[in-house]
Amino acid sequence: MPLYHDDDQAMLADSARQFMADEGAITKQLRHWRDRDCKDGFGHGLWKQFAEMGFTGMLVAENDGGLGMGHVEAGIVLEEIGRNLTPSPFLTSSVLAATALAHGSDDARGRWLPGLIAGDSVFAVAIDEGGKHRPERIKTRAQKSGNGFRLSGQKDFVLQGASADMLVVAARTSGDDNDEGGITLFAVPRDAANMTHEAVRLVDSSMATHTKFADVELDGDAVIGEVDGGRAVLNQMLMAGRIGAAAEGVGVASGAMDMTVDYLKQRKQFGKLIGEFQALQHRAAHLYSEVEIARAATIKAAQLLDAGSEKADLMASVAKAKVAQAAGLAVREGVQMHGGIGMTDEYDIGLFMKRDRALQEFLGDQYYHAGRVAELSGY
Amino acid sequence: MSDLEAFRTEVRDWLAANCPEEMRKPVRGEEDVFWGGRRAVFNSDAQKQWFLACRDKGYTVPDWPRDYGGAGLSAAQAKILRQEMSSIGARLPLSSFGIWMLGPALLKFGTEEQKKHYLTQIARGEIRWCQGYSEPGSGSDLVSMQTFGADEGDHWVVNGQKIWTSYADEADWIFCLVRTDKSNKYQGITFMLFDMETAGVSTKPILLISGNSPFCETFFDDVKVPKEQHVGEINRGWDVAKYLLGHEREMISGAGGGDRTAGIGAVIKRMVGEIDPVLRAQLAQFDVDALAYSAMGEKFLDEVNVGKGHPAQPNMMKYAGTELNKRRHELMMAAGGSRALEWDSAETGGGKAARGWLRTKANSIEGGTSEVMLNVIAKRILDLPGA
Repeated sequence: MPLYHDDDQAMLADSARQFMADEGAITKQLRHWRDRDCKDGFGHGLWKQFAEMGFTGMLVAENDGGLGMGHVEAGIVLEEIGRNLTPSPFLTSSVLAATALAHGSDDARGRWLPGLIAGDSVFAVAIDEGGKHRPERIKTRAQKSGNGFRLSGQKDFVLQGASADMLVVAARTSGDDNDEGGITLFAVPRDAANMTHEAVRLVDSSMATHTKFADVELDGDAVIGEVDGGRAVLNQMLMAGRIGAAAEGVGVASGAMDMTVDYLKQRKQFGKLIGEFQALQHRAAHLYSEVEIARAATIKAAQLLDAGSEKADLMASVAKAKVAQAAGLAVREGVQMHGGIGMTDEYDIGLFMKRDRALQEFLGDQYYHAGRVAELSGY
Repeated sequence: MSDLEAFRTEVRDWLAANCPEEMRKPVRGEEDVFWGGRRAVFNSDAQKQWFLACRDKGYTVPDWPRDYGGAGLSAAQAKILRQEMSSIGARLPLSSFGIWMLGPALLKFGTEEQKKHYLTQIARGEIRWCQGYSEPGSGSDLVSMQTFGADEGDHWVVNGQKIWTSYADEADWIFCLVRTDKSNKYQGITFMLFDMETAGVSTKPILLISGNSPFCETFFDDVKVPKEQHVGEINRGWDVAKYLLGHEREMISGAGGGDRTAGIGAVIKRMVGEIDPVLRAQLAQFDVDALAYSAMGEKFLDEVNVGKGHPAQPNMMKYAGTELNKRRHELMMAAGGSRALEWDSAETGGGKAARGWLRTKANSIEGGTSEVMLNVIAKRILDLPGA
């Protein structure tokens, strides 16, 4: 398969780009909700529009009412989300939770997927425990209780946790904290008793929660996939989410870079456009190179995942780490090359820096993923 | 799709039958590379067998037309052949500046007669080519070159000097930039082809910091070049030169895969056993970059094959690929420790690590420096002012 978009994907890219630039623009969404102290951090109206565009259920199988598309396509939408810093529950709901639900029972899929596809439901994923992404260790426990389970523990960095109609929770049903096995995924509805959210606003104005489970009673239907056999589904979710986050990061990087290169062509100092200075030209050219490479790694990872290749896991970590480097560089150079106005709230470049920072942490930062590349390579 | 899968099966079977085991082992050094040419010597029967099998199948230049010695493969078929060769670690049957640099220029600018004659020779490995571009006073500012061809009716008489001519002392013919109009900087250069055995041509190897001499100085002293031996129009050789440079940069970038785009952490672990934690972190970061660059190489070639992608993209590939390769060798030296310092011991294959490390320092100079690459990206891709 060639490593560029085919005709259908190019068409999707065109419409997603147009849609997001019009409807998902920074003033219309990010600044709008931020300046109103929105408790969700995104607009439900836009989420309905995502549904009308066919985005919400793009990864859902056709048998379940979705479009049955792949991660290359989801990445196309995410790149535009990144470029416009569009706040939405797309990555958590339509990529991560949808990937988990694909492994759910007929009942679970029937209960949750129609709301997602219609843009009525929002899902969150509760994986992290503590300040860093370390899904190898899961302490949150679900004890068998009658026909169901009782869930106890705490999850952190649950994006849109307080807004979600359902949370996909990774919990331990057997074994020790660091065991590979013994993991079970649960679909926990928003109204579950004894689940409490401490909502926090993050640096990029998105909303996350520290979510506590104090003997939350779940019936057996809440299990997604196999009891004790959830690690495989969790890994599948993580691959999809990491590649999705990488695609969004490529958009953030491109958006910041384009803005910066435009600025170099407008701003005059010493009687010249600052883009005439070779010191800035070389840095901009280096940045371009890094962003291009990050994009290639991301498309490659998405193609491998869609093809069911065993190399997808390694490439997902390569993409997440490489995008983090490139996007980090893009936003730092962006602020620096904008000079003083780059530090103002009025100017958008700083928003890219904030979004990048949050995206870097989500599902593992570049250090975590570089370490993973070493481990998967055998050293 | 099924046609391509059938082709993949066919290629696998052909490789199984024709690629000797010995030709599936990593290249140990220059002695394992077959360059062809009048004076070519095979270093083993396996090398000869592999070359002849590929030559007869058109697989020295798989995507060139059959009329010119290629196999006439489509882009998708050529990619499959590349993937299958790579998966068994097959060596290149023929390495050649004719294939990588002159060939593409002839395909674009050559006359039908030139294509038939020169391309077939290249495909069959009969003539080894070298490139006459740089001069002592014209490095990054290549277009300032002074080697001059005086018009003598049916031929030119060429005088001047080229430098950094790779393997000039082993080459049969040269493709050479010669000034034919001193009053016009860009439109006063002609792209000439001539035999290195022509009277007045001499070469002198340059000893490099690696202790090897892959480059030469090349002198022209009243060299007669027949008028029909030019590519493109007279005085418009700069267009050919620039086009060819794109291919040279693509070649140096290592975009095609192979060792240049693989990770090194696992190899180093096997080699040295224990890795310092900070070095391990650096290796991990390197492997991220190398594997990401490998995807970039694949994307770049896929896009080239269908005419997508920015025409100046080879400059980006060359910049990123050569900087990466320098980093690779810095890390290999660090991992190798004092053993890697040995200059001529048998255990190190005659100082392979140290000499290889030093050789890579030329990567970001030859074919256009990294700084020139960044200039080109700034100007042609980012459209920055005054660049």
